[in-house]
Amino acid sequence: MAERNMTSNDQIASKNGPGFQQIGQPLDRIDGRAKVTGAARYGYEHIVSDKCAFGYILGASIGRGRIVAIDAQAATKSPGVLLVMTHKNAPAQARFGEPTTATPREVFTRPRPVLGDAHIRYFDQPIALVVGETFEAARAAAGSIDVRYERLQGDFEPELCAATYRPERTNAGFATDTSAGGFAKAFAQAPVKVDATYTTAFESHNPMEPHAAIAQWEGDRVTIYTGTQTLANVRACVAGTLQIPLDSVRVVSPFIGGGFGSKLIAHADIMLAALAARVLQRPVKVAMTRQQMFANAGHRPLSIQQVRLGADRDGKLIAIGHEVCSSTARFEEFTEQTGVFTRSLYAADHRVTRHRLMRLDTNRGEWMRAPGEAPGMLAVESAMDELAHALQLDPIELRIRNEPNLDGTSLDPDRGIPFSSRNLIECMRRGARLFGWERRSARPGAIREGRKLIGHGMAAAIRPNYIGPSRARVVLEPRGTLRVQLDMTDIGTGTYTILTQIAADVMQMPPASIKVELGDSQLPTTAGSGGSWGAASAGSAVHDACTKLKRQLLDLPGIPPGGLQAEGSVTRSAEYDRYSQHAFGAHFAEVAVDLDTAEIRVRRMLGAFAAGRILNPKTARSQIVGGMIWGIGAALMEQTLLDPLHGAFINHDLAEYHIPVNADVGQIDTVFIEEVDERANVFGSKGIGELGICGAGAAVANAVFNATGIRVREFPITLEKLLPFLPG
Amino acid sequence: MSEQDDNALLTRRALLEGSAASALLLTTGMPLRSEAAAADEVSFAVHTNVVTLRINAHDSTLNLDSRTTLLDVLRHQLGLTGVKKGCDHGQCGACTVLVNGRRINACLTLAVMHENDEITTIEGLASGERLHPLQSAFIAHDGFQCGYCTPGQICSAAGMLEEARRGWPSHATHNLCAANIPLTDEEIRERMSGNLCRCAAYPNIVKAIAAAAHEARQ
Ligand code: FES
Ligand code: FES
Repeated sequence: MAERNMTSNDQIASKNGPGFQQIGQPLDRIDGRAKVTGAARYGYEHIVSDKCAFGYILGASIGRGRIVAIDAQAATKSPGVLLVMTHKNAPAQARFGEPTTATPREVFTRPRPVLGDAHIRYFDQPIALVVGETFEAARAAAGSIDVRYERLQGDFEPELCAATYRPERTNAGFATDTSAGGFAKAFAQAPVKVDATYTTAFESHNPMEPHAAIAQWEGDRVTIYTGTQTLANVRACVAGTLQIPLDSVRVVSPFIGGGFGSKLIAHADIMLAALAARVLQRPVKVAMTRQQMFANAGHRPLSIQQVRLGADRDGKLIAIGHEVCSSTARFEEFTEQTGVFTRSLYAADHRVTRHRLMRLDTNRGEWMRAPGEAPGMLAVESAMDELAHALQLDPIELRIRNEPNLDGTSLDPDRGIPFSSRNLIECMRRGARLFGWERRSARPGAIREGRKLIGHGMAAAIRPNYIGPSRARVVLEPRGTLRVQLDMTDIGTGTYTILTQIAADVMQMPPASIKVELGDSQLPTTAGSGGSWGAASAGSAVHDACTKLKRQLLDLPGIPPGGLQAEGSVTRSAEYDRYSQHAFGAHFAEVAVDLDTAEIRVRRMLGAFAAGRILNPKTARSQIVGGMIWGIGAALMEQTLLDPLHGAFINHDLAEYHIPVNADVGQIDTVFIEEVDERANVFGSKGIGELGICGAGAAVANAVFNATGIRVREFPITLEKLLPFLPG
Repeated sequence: MSEQDDNALLTRRALLEGSAASALLLTTGMPLRSEAAAADEVSFAVHTNVVTLRINAHDSTLNLDSRTTLLDVLRHQLGLTGVKKGCDHGQCGACTVLVNGRRINACLTLAVMHENDEITTIEGLASGERLHPLQSAFIAHDGFQCGYCTPGQICSAAGMLEEARRGWPSHATHNLCAANIPLTDEEIRERMSGNLCRCAAYPNIVKAIAAAAHEARQ
């Protein structure tokens, strides 16, 4: 479509009704063409002015200890090698510091030095970077580096971790522990009880784009091309680590090949590229290998969770206990907020949640899609299913009976404030109808098709709704093109597209006249993509900027010759503290379990969600479906195995770490409940990037129980955990 | 002896480039390439070959380090970065390209093995501005999110549709002897399972491929 040529503000401001026209439409992705033609450039692929040198990372082959000697002579002499950087010659950087930062926010921006000293804190920690004229030269030379270590005994076995400790807070600054009433006594006296311990495995994000960066210096200023969810984090971290002013760092990230939480902070690839490029005075690109990503690009901690539910005979919960012990690193703390959602999900007078940590000699765990809810709901929503089974009550009915409700108001049981909106019951009812829940057999193991057992399960979903401070600029060019500029990212979420829709609606312009420019730290700063806050935060800032621009236009006869621009912003409103904001959902799954092999196939899943206004049903559905499939992965296959002897993540590639493939996924249906949450933001929308995974795995696990009568509490539910117990 | 000559060249060039950086050597003690280091390089001889690759109907003659994979030549030397590296081990399919019409993982093959082969990458699928039907279908059905696996998915789908057309059975095929194998969703899922998508756009990938296949049959 040709750009619309606008000369009078009539054309822009003719309709100022509140109705949205573009928002809510299933607009195709704006960046679709770039992605399907291969034109979209990701971190490693940017073209820089000088010829780029190639860096290759060498990782430590012990899990804890010290480098005694490192012989890089052969590597240094190897043809095509420009630089071998080790702890002996790496430029000085800021110190890493204490395991915890003063504020939760600083964990994203703290210095993260590389090759700082001889200490090895985890297996495959980078110990050298070889830079060559070619990738082949650098890789070959890295293989010739000889390292001698002094090995210390590391802690790599969670089961043996005797000393657990209580962290000051959980991730995102939540309280470590909460309690209400008198849990111990109430639970002891409850007529019907579930007391079960569940474990979840280490998991690895594995975005398809490996972590990579190109660094290029011009004088004292560096430009980093990388794939990141949040440019401001990378910028601050690079500046802090290299001890240079924030203004000297520019980060560019227009396309990101998936993040899922693993691209929230700067990792070693970025810092190594920046250091080497400075030393060589020439651009350097560094990519982690897929194998290196397992130790160096984040993982989800493992967890051991005790869930205790006490109910009366009608299924009314009296006591809810969710106590979590998860892994952390010795040198840097990460407390996944696994028990936090439990505080808001169901009502009971007597409640307790606790988080404890066990220190291991691994790298630090990181935020992996729905940190907290993803592992936590596997446990709690399985336990709810166990309780429903014990009560011989329908799992949906059990949940309905435990809706937090006071005199008709939906109150957050922990915070005592109302929910901004809470349509869990509607999600369950609508989902049940569409799924055909009534055809489920309450008795496990009752449906057989040949040598297959068929089962159905459901689980609830809850996920907090966030908004983060963000700014945006809009520039209306004389010829009528609107440029929307902010340092936001599109990690596959559809940001380019929804921001186009938002600007189109406020400005009353056709989407084809709008050009959204993202992924450059020179543009106004946003909260980036993470925690499902991207659309609300960046979208509100764009909305505000457009609204201001439109107001300016009203006082003008037309667009001035030099164009016109406006800035907008958003911060958390007072509503944010007055209301408990969450999105809700209900998952349903049908599985078939093979009696001879215990192979579990997810035949179909259905998810019903209440997530406020849906900005673009097409991209929203894709995100939700992606999340639900992550639920299949967590329930049935995903686990990163830690070698108890050496501390290596041993299945560190895509052949051994199983993520769902196309053939693992059957029919997936989704439905969004009509909802507008006016307290959430100007659109009435809520985050959806993580909602899809919350509870999805539990629905699958509950379906496996319903199919077989076997309750596996150790995730993922792999064949060997079922096979010995299957009937003949 | 051409390899040795190349090495000698490389060394001289590297030294020249290194001289600008040698000031840094004094201050940081970096083991940059130095003259002393150049002496015993012979044992590291790099083997190079002059190869002509025909990519997207265009010939490129390159002097290639024989260790270079087809994937790295495409991405590093020829600027065809639509071809993606997800694992470098044949485990993800992100690097899928068509060689003589068949889909292969470009990371699992050395570039020097492909003289005289007809190589098609994602950049060569569209006809000018007109997208390949699979490309349009992926957009229409939202068959991707981050887009990183997408070029591989689309090239793989192009190769797969041809395999199915020729009657090659898959693990999901019920009748191995059938002259015509119906391209059911199950068949597509099975045949596309070598292409991982962490965004998990699978249901839409299946829809997009089914739609493009349907269109092709019309
Ligand atoms: S990069 Fe070739 S299969 Fe993964
Ligand atoms: S679209 Fe992101 S990996 Fe497939």
